[in-house]
Amino acid sequence: MEWKGLLAVVAAGALVTGCAATAAETETASASSASSSSESSAKIAFPSTYKAYASDNIVITGATIFDGEGQRIDNGVIFMSAGKIVSVGGPETVIPTDSTIIDATGKYVTPGIIDIHSHLGDYPTPSVAAHSDGNEATSPVTPEVWAEHSVWPQDPGFSRALANGGITSLQILPGSANLFGGRAVTLKNVPARTVQAMKFPGAPYGMKMACGENPKRVYGGRNRKPSTRMGSLSLTRQTWIKAQDYRKKQRGAKPPKRDLAMETLTGVLDGDILVHNHCYRADELNQIIDMSKEFGYKVTAFHHAVESYKIADILAKEEICSAIWADWWGFKMEAYDAIPENAALLQQAGACVVIHSDDENQIQRLNQEASKALADGRAMGIEISDAQAIQWITYNPAKAMGIADKTGSLKPGKMADVVLWNDNPLSVYARPEKVWIDGAMLYDANDPARRPVSDFELGQPGEGDVK
Amino acid sequence: MKHLATILVSSLALMASPAAAETVAITGGKVVIGDGSAPMDAGTVVISNGRVVAAGTNVTVPANARRIDASGKWVTPGIFAGFSRIGLVEVGAVRSTNDTRAADSVFSAALDVQYAVNPFAAPVAVNRAAGVTRAVVSPGTSNSIFGGYGAIVDLGNDNDPITKARAFQFVELGETGHSRAGGSRAAAHILFRAMLNEARTYARNPSLFDSDLMKASDAKALLPVINGNIRLLVHVESANDILKVLDLRKDFPSLKLVLVGANEGWRVANEIAAAKVPVLASALSDLPYSFEDLSATQSNIGRMKRAGVNVAIGMINDRDAHQLRYSMQYAGNLVALNKVPRATGLSWDEAFAAISSKPAEIMGMGSQLGSLKAGRKGDVVIWTGDPLELSTQVESVFIDGVEQSLSNRQERLRERYRNPTPGALPKAYDR
Repeated sequence: MEWKGLLAVVAAGALVTGCAATAAETETASASSASSSSESSAKIAFPSTYKAYASDNIVITGATIFDGEGQRIDNGVIFMSAGKIVSVGGPETVIPTDSTIIDATGKYVTPGIIDIHSHLGDYPTPSVAAHSDGNEATSPVTPEVWAEHSVWPQDPGFSRALANGGITSLQILPGSANLFGGRAVTLKNVPARTVQAMKFPGAPYGMKMACGENPKRVYGGRNRKPSTRMGSLSLTRQTWIKAQDYRKKQRGAKPPKRDLAMETLTGVLDGDILVHNHCYRADELNQIIDMSKEFGYKVTAFHHAVESYKIADILAKEEICSAIWADWWGFKMEAYDAIPENAALLQQAGACVVIHSDDENQIQRLNQEASKALADGRAMGIEISDAQAIQWITYNPAKAMGIADKTGSLKPGKMADVVLWNDNPLSVYARPEKVWIDGAMLYDANDPARRPVSDFELGQPGEGDVK
Repeated sequence: MKHLATILVSSLALMASPAAAETVAITGGKVVIGDGSAPMDAGTVVISNGRVVAAGTNVTVPANARRIDASGKWVTPGIFAGFSRIGLVEVGAVRSTNDTRAADSVFSAALDVQYAVNPFAAPVAVNRAAGVTRAVVSPGTSNSIFGGYGAIVDLGNDNDPITKARAFQFVELGETGHSRAGGSRAAAHILFRAMLNEARTYARNPSLFDSDLMKASDAKALLPVINGNIRLLVHVESANDILKVLDLRKDFPSLKLVLVGANEGWRVANEIAAAKVPVLASALSDLPYSFEDLSATQSNIGRMKRAGVNVAIGMINDRDAHQLRYSMQYAGNLVALNKVPRATGLSWDEAFAAISSKPAEIMGMGSQLGSLKAGRKGDVVIWTGDPLELSTQVESVFIDGVEQSLSNRQERLRERYRNPTPGALPKAYDR
């Protein structure tokens, strides 16, 4: 959608607003689950009302299992009950009676796929101007906005991501027009009437930040700061100074009055909100790392970091994830040095790799994107297992979103977010056959009644089609 | 500088001898002709003087041939990108490097991409290394529904990328046409008819041509469209827009129409088939990106194919200047649909044809390009395995019978940063 996005932007006489391919980028940061005063006020607001749907006791046998943490089990068995994973193992695994048994001989099982970078809902389809809700591009500093307040649950993209991509959790970020884009929200990929009913229970918030071309293009084009990279850094640092000051007052005798922007920023400084930083170039990634040290916060993940490979050693040492595409390149100047071996070179250096989509199409085949990145790495002689590549789209994003204790791998006690594939998910010929979220089967390729259809598509040509 | 000089000399030498079209025999591989027939094990492909001499299992290897052992490998025609902007763009958002559209030009139909296609653009080398050897290159549109002349190009590492200049005219008649024409489909259709009629006026007496609507150059460019001497590639997505395009032949019976995009083509597949209008369709569109795409589905191509439509894969507005290497993945996904209940995909053989012989045939070049039948141009790729599979790599690429360098700046960057830590000298000295 590279050109479609660009043309639409040009036609609207506006600069890149969004997500779709041309200039989309976002980042997040992550944090621990500690709670601070600002975080507790955030926790009261807009609470998750998500409840798992009805589930059976399910046993899948005979499958090749990629557990999400780099292990492969042949002829594997997985048992799910009450929405949780109970046991995972080889053929010797005890199979409980009173369970539905699915023979998955020749098929594959993975954890539910997780996309750390999506704009579903805030840049939904149909992508008409009335739906363009991803960038509050009226000021370069908007940590006060929350992506969840833009998410349209009826975006048909959610159901495509489920049925074609096996996506069970995803992070929706604000766009990258702003230095501080606002709060990101993590969702379970369940159809719902309200966003609150999709919110991942207990997931920490993310905050989107951006460096590079987008903010300076959007605001420089209006003769506003930032019009340069140095302008961006200065404005970002000035904002952190304000946040530090606010935080000091919060802890003093006379707490300041509530300020949504400062609540988000102090949430980052307190380690409760995870920073997801859209940033492409190696030199800029390094600038951001130094800025985070200056103000005492941590960047959880650099998003769209197409040049991470140039500083893979530094990113490994700093323990910052790179959330990246397999092979996007050349759509703008800061994406000119992107190479398809980025993921593999990071893995080789011991750095954290997450394959993301930032795209309503590629979120439907993140497994294929991971597979391409794997193949390009192997072609240059880097040894990476299939199971490790699956980790790039399961456990690693879960970790960077602060939900790895709940989902992202097939470990007993975790949410039963599971995909049964009709072939090796690293093959172009594979598709999800069944998808469970918290043990509830929400997609079944063999059952038209288990294919969600959003309100928008009801009564339209193609309603309920295989898509 | 010494190294640079060497490179310049050697590349000049290469340019000077495009007829380095040696005789090559590629033996032992799994051979795919590309015409929709099944792959053949242990086949041989012979190319000589820039053309395919023979491909199959009972092929005699000429005595003077350079032999390449392709045992365990796959040998196919080069990938033919059915709709692209390759060579028109270096960096998408850097306007000075982007020749897809001319927003401030007074011309429209007369714009001709043959002067803009840059065979030395980085995307050409990157996609060549991925196995893409030919492409349809289309202009976009700006101030008119017409974009100009498109071309068929090769992705070879030489000075001349043009296989066929002025191969077609491009027009927008869907939602983009609505906006280019002033804000409605009615405006787009009257503009289309009025411009073609003006072209007829021009033909009657070029020296007296004086039109409020268009430049003489644009009128002249539309004449071969009216006469059916060149194809008219029409971008439309919705079922209704497709039907209205098929109806154009009531007024202009000689139009040689090709539909581009056609996300809702499956809904009017019988009508498209009956009209014998081929389609360069987007393979994996399955969302209502706009109201013209409401019923988009990945089964679109498969369903059109079953209805008898002549269809190939194109990539309009889908990273079509940089990522033609997605063609194989897209074709593979259409094969994957065969295992999804109620979905309609393509067989493997059909899917490969949709990125090789079919686009060539649809563009009227089937006797020259797109397959390994004898006499076709020697565009051949050797792969490590199934070319549609994600794990497969390209081993060798021939274009016009000339073995190509697979080097490109992505590969150079990769090698420089194989170990990211600088050595005794900065990275800038690692070459």
